[in-house]
Amino acid sequence: MSNFFLPAATLWQRELVRFWRQKSRVLGVVASPLVFWLLIGYGSNDLGRFYSGALVLTVMFSAIFSTISIIEDRREGFLLSMLVSPAPRTSMVLGKIMGAATLAWIQGLIFLAFAPLAGVRIGLMELLPVVAAILLISFTLTGLGFVIAWRMESTSGFHAIMNLLLVPMWMVSGSLFPMATAHGWVKAIMWVNPLTYSIALLNHTLRLPNAAPGAVVSLIVTAAFGLVLLLASGWMAARKSVRSAA
Amino acid sequence: MIQVENLTHRYGDRLALSNVGFEVKKGEIFGLLGPNGGGKSTLFRILSTMMVPTAGRASIAGCDVVRDPAGVRRRVGVVFQSQSLDRALTVDENLRAQGHLHGLKGADLRARMERVTERLGLADRRKDIVETLSGGLRRRVEIAKALLHGPQVLLMDEASTGLDPAARRDLSRNVESLREKEGVTILLTTHILEEAGRCDRLALLHRGAIVAEGSPAALRARIGGDVVVLEAADAQALAFAIEQRFGLHPSILDGAVRVEIENGHRFITDVVEAFPGAIDSVGLHKPTLEDVFVRETGAGIE
Repeated sequence: MSNFFLPAATLWQRELVRFWRQKSRVLGVVASPLVFWLLIGYGSNDLGRFYSGALVLTVMFSAIFSTISIIEDRREGFLLSMLVSPAPRTSMVLGKIMGAATLAWIQGLIFLAFAPLAGVRIGLMELLPVVAAILLISFTLTGLGFVIAWRMESTSGFHAIMNLLLVPMWMVSGSLFPMATAHGWVKAIMWVNPLTYSIALLNHTLRLPNAAPGAVVSLIVTAAFGLVLLLASGWMAARKSVRSAA
Repeated sequence: MIQVENLTHRYGDRLALSNVGFEVKKGEIFGLLGPNGGGKSTLFRILSTMMVPTAGRASIAGCDVVRDPAGVRRRVGVVFQSQSLDRALTVDENLRAQGHLHGLKGADLRARMERVTERLGLADRRKDIVETLSGGLRRRVEIAKALLHGPQVLLMDEASTGLDPAARRDLSRNVESLREKEGVTILLTTHILEEAGRCDRLALLHRGAIVAEGSPAALRARIGGDVVVLEAADAQALAFAIEQRFGLHPSILDGAVRVEIENGHRFITDVVEAFPGAIDSVGLHKPTLEDVFVRETGAGIE
């Protein structure tokens, strides 16, 4: 058992130590969604409406940047030695995802400090579900990043995916306009977009408007999406390859 | 200690390894010498369990690389051509993480870290962040990391690439003494002749196949006598003329004519007299590993 959890824990710790030594990364990840939110929010005189979307964007940026590093890390970096160590690949995946998700979560929490600006008025005890929701969303988006990054040959491909898949996915998740006002096929996309449920989950816990679909459905879909991605990550990494893993 | 039989690997249509077979005995330093693209890296990836071969078998210390990769990984230390250290972490942090990946912890891990850093002369660098170390020192940390779990076999992929000559000699000394003092079996890939010359045995790898195998001395002895290199404006014509006149079989590499011949000094006077004005420069040397490679493949290494 310790041969599974010890490698996972050491990877998790590695991510945190690296992050702590490169504190400027926090600024980069939190700053752009913050600027974005303040501009749109003040411009439209509705900071509350875009708050959850901006928070999810912060988490997404952090999760994606952490998982992007897999691409280079296994070609030239610490992941190389992991690939030839007896530690199970699944424990490696767990450690990496836990580490990246923790960082995304911390940055989401930093963004949460701006909640009063959005008009969020919740008590200390009501903060717990918010914190838990951000953690769940962090895991889900990190899993998504991992699944995309694992098969990628180069980071340039990842940027294309970022711009063509992830950012559009975020745009039609209720972050910019609520599902109620969406039209036609965009509305259909919103229904099947897992991110819609993440944003709704946050809106529910923060007691912000635009909270369709419902709280329970949002929680279940977000958790299920995260679980599927986590399993897919483990399965992909554990597969034997006729091409080189590195 | 290492057995490779009929190993074949294809990337799509491209044949990267073709029926490669060799054996490495315990305590040997075995080198795979060949140009980049010759199949060394493919072989290295298969032996280090990063990739499954298309056909054939390989085993290390009795463990099959395909059926028992975990067994291989416990018994093998791997030094990569590219860096496998986390630059943002210290030497100790890198080693500790590596230990954890191998299930080592506590007092045992601390003692091992102490030992490998001592062994590779890194004792006073343990708290340094890897980013701040020189290339040569980083290589030593890589080796320390690969040795941490006490492997029986060390696989090194182009480990001296990017090192200056002093760091390269330092690396060779370390490899030698690992074999002497710890009885570690070492398989290394290289395209550097000097490094290859220090191996106990070599396999020359060209276009995915082994073209020659043996000790560096035995390989060099395949060429009787000397190697004469003649530079000429028209190497083709000169080679043809030499063939006609002397009944020899010269080869052409990098625009120069090469002739393997006993008593090369006599041949030089003969050839210069025979073709006055046609030869720009003349060189004579004892056979090198590169000459062996040229003889077997018609191509150069570097």
